[in-house]
Amino acid sequence: MKKFLTFLLLAALTLSLVACGQSAPNDSNSNAAAGGGSEKGLIVVGFSQVGAESDWRTANSQSMKDTFTEANGYKLIFDDAQGKQDNQITAIRNFIQQEVDYIVVAPIGETGWDTVLQEAKDAGIPVIIVDRMINVAKDDLFYCWVGSDFRKEGDIAVEWMNKELAGKDAVKIVHLQGTIGSSAQIGRTEGLEAGAKANSNWEIVAQQTGEFTQAKGQEVMESILKQTTEIDVVYCENDNMAFGAIDAIEAAGMKAGVGGDIVVISFDATNAGLTMTLDQKINYNVECNPLHGPRVAKLIEQIEAGETPEKLAYVEEEAFDAKTITKEIVDARSY
Amino acid sequence: MKLLNKRLNTAVSKQKMVSDTTFLILVTVSLFIVMYIAGMIIFHDQGFAKPQMFLNLLISNAGLIVIACGLTLVMITGGIDISVGSVTALVCMTSAYSMEVLGTSAYTSILIALAIGLAFGVVQGYLVSYLNIQPFIVTLAGMFFGRGMTAVISKEMLTIKNATFRSWADFKIYLPFGTVNKSGIYQPAYIYPTVIIALIIVVLIVFMLKKTKFGRSLYAVGGNQQSALMMGLNVKRSKMMAYVLSGLLAGIGGFLFCLNTGAGFVEQARGLEMDAISSSVIGGTLLSGGVGNPIGTLFGVLIKGTIGSLITTQGTLSSWWVRIVLSALLCFFIVLQSVITSRKRQAE
Repeated sequence: MKKFLTFLLLAALTLSLVACGQSAPNDSNSNAAAGGGSEKGLIVVGFSQVGAESDWRTANSQSMKDTFTEANGYKLIFDDAQGKQDNQITAIRNFIQQEVDYIVVAPIGETGWDTVLQEAKDAGIPVIIVDRMINVAKDDLFYCWVGSDFRKEGDIAVEWMNKELAGKDAVKIVHLQGTIGSSAQIGRTEGLEAGAKANSNWEIVAQQTGEFTQAKGQEVMESILKQTTEIDVVYCENDNMAFGAIDAIEAAGMKAGVGGDIVVISFDATNAGLTMTLDQKINYNVECNPLHGPRVAKLIEQIEAGETPEKLAYVEEEAFDAKTITKEIVDARSY
Repeated sequence: MKLLNKRLNTAVSKQKMVSDTTFLILVTVSLFIVMYIAGMIIFHDQGFAKPQMFLNLLISNAGLIVIACGLTLVMITGGIDISVGSVTALVCMTSAYSMEVLGTSAYTSILIALAIGLAFGVVQGYLVSYLNIQPFIVTLAGMFFGRGMTAVISKEMLTIKNATFRSWADFKIYLPFGTVNKSGIYQPAYIYPTVIIALIIVVLIVFMLKKTKFGRSLYAVGGNQQSALMMGLNVKRSKMMAYVLSGLLAGIGGFLFCLNTGAGFVEQARGLEMDAISSSVIGGTLLSGGVGNPIGTLFGVLIKGTIGSLITTQGTLSSWWVRIVLSALLCFFIVLQSVITSRKRQAE
C-alpha cells in the first residue's frame, strides 16, 4: 500500500513536471509574440474588472475585450477580481510591474484605492476609472473617469413613479438594493429615498440588499413576501434582482408587472431585462449603458494625442416603459 | 519540570515529528521556487523577474500571512478556526468607524483591533477546549457573529482618511535596489511596514513553537491528545491558548489587511478563512493535527499569491483558474499528507 502510494505520488509529480515543461515553450512563444507586439506599437492596457456578477458586467467585460484587440492596436490584460477588492489591488500592482501603458479599473466600491493608485502614479501610469466612481483623498490619483450618473438614473425612475402612481393613497415600496457601497447602489438608493421623502404617501416597507444577483434577489423577496403581501412597488436596483423578485412574486401566487399586483421597477436595461419589459413583467426599466470599451478607447486616443480629456464623462441614458417598448428596441440590444 | 520536558520530548518522538514537518516544508518551498522561476522565465519580458514583483506578493498578502500563521497554531492542535475572515472584516470596520465617525486616534484603533481579536480568541477557545464543543461549529458561529456585527456597525463603505493611519499605509520603505522602467526612469524597490511586521510575527511564532514548552505542548496535544493528557500536560489550557493566539493574530492581521485596503466594508475579506486554511495545508500543516510550521504557511501564502500573479500576468486566462490550480495543489498536498500519516501509523 505504502509503495503503491509513493509510486502514485511520484507519477503525479513527474507528470505535472512534464506538463509544465511542455507548456512552457509554447507560452514563451506566444508571449514573445505579444512582447514583440509592443515594439510594433501596440498599446498595452491592463483592465481590472470587479467580477461577473450580472449580465451588465458580462456585457461590460465583452465590450472591453472587443475594443482592445490587436487589430485595433491594443493588447488587453484582463483580470477578473471575483468580487474582491484585495484581488483588484493585487491586480493593479501586477499591472504596474508589467509596465502596461494604461490601467483601467472598474472598482468594486468607492473607497480604499489611495495607496495603490499612488503606486501607479509614482510609476507614471495613467489610471482610467470606469463605471463606479471612486473616493480618494487626492483627485490627481486617477486620470479620468467614465460612467453613469446613478443618482440621475434613480431620479428618472422616481419621476416615472410620480406620474404612474399619482392619486394613490398609500404606496408601499419594497427596495432591493445592490451591493452595499457600490456607486450604483448609492445613487439609485438616494434617488428613491429622496422620492419617498418628497411624497408623504410613499412608504419603503422593506429595504434589503440582493447583492445584484438573481438568486439573492429572489431569496430576499421571498422572505419579504412571507411577512407581508401588501406591496405596491418593488424597486430593484438591477435587472438580475428584478428577475429574482418576479420569480418570487409569481411563486407566491401573485402577478408582477403591467396589470398585476406589484409594479416592478428595474435598472440596467440589458437584453434580458428589456425582454421582460416587453413581456410586461417589468413596468419600467432605466438604462445603464455598459459599452464602455469604445469610450475608454476614445479617452486613450485623446491622451495619446497629447490632449487632456474631461475628468468626468457621463454616459447618456434612456429609459423604457413596458407600454411603449417595441420588439425592435429589444432586438437592437446586443447585451 | 525537567522530567516533564524530557517526557514531552520522547512522547512526541521529536525527531520524527521534525522530519515530517521539515519534509513537508521542503516540498512547499521547492514548489514555490520552481513555480516562481518558471514565471520568471516565461514572463521575463512582462516584469515577472523584477524584485518588486516578489515584494508585491508580501505587500498584498501581509495580513493573510499573519492570519494564516495564527490558524496554523490552531490546526497544529487538531482544531480549526473559520472565523478569521469575519474577524478581519470586523477589525477593518471598527477601525474605520472609530477613526472616521467617533474620531479616535489611529493608536486607539489598533488597541480596539487587538481587543476584538483577543475577545474572539478567548470566547471561542473557552468553548472549544473547556466545554468540548466542535471547533468547526464554534468558529462558524464566530464567523456569522463577526460578519453580522460588521453590518450592524455600518452598511456603508467607510474610507479611512485619518492622517496618522494614512501616513502608515502610504509609508514606503525603499530598498537599496531597483529596476529601470521602459522610459528609462529608475524605480527603487519598496515595501510597506506591514511586510516587516508580518515577517517578524512569523519568526516569533517559529521561535515559540521550537523553543518554548508551550510551543511543543501544542504539537503534543495535536499529535495525540490522550498521551499528552497522560504525561500531565494541561491539554485544555494549551488548546485554549492556541485559539487565543489565533484570535489575537487575526486581530493584528486584520489591521494589516486594513492598512492595505484602507477601508471598512461588510463584504471585505469574504472567504479569507478559506485562503488561510488552504495556505496552511499547502504549507504542510496536517488537518489532523500534530504537524505544521509557520514557515511552510508563509510559503503556502506565497504560492497562492504567485498563482494569482502568473494568471494575471498571462492576461487572457480567466482568473478563476487560480482556484482550479489551488484545488489541484490542495489535492496533491492532502495525498502527500495521508501518505505520511499512514506511514506514521505503520511505524506505531
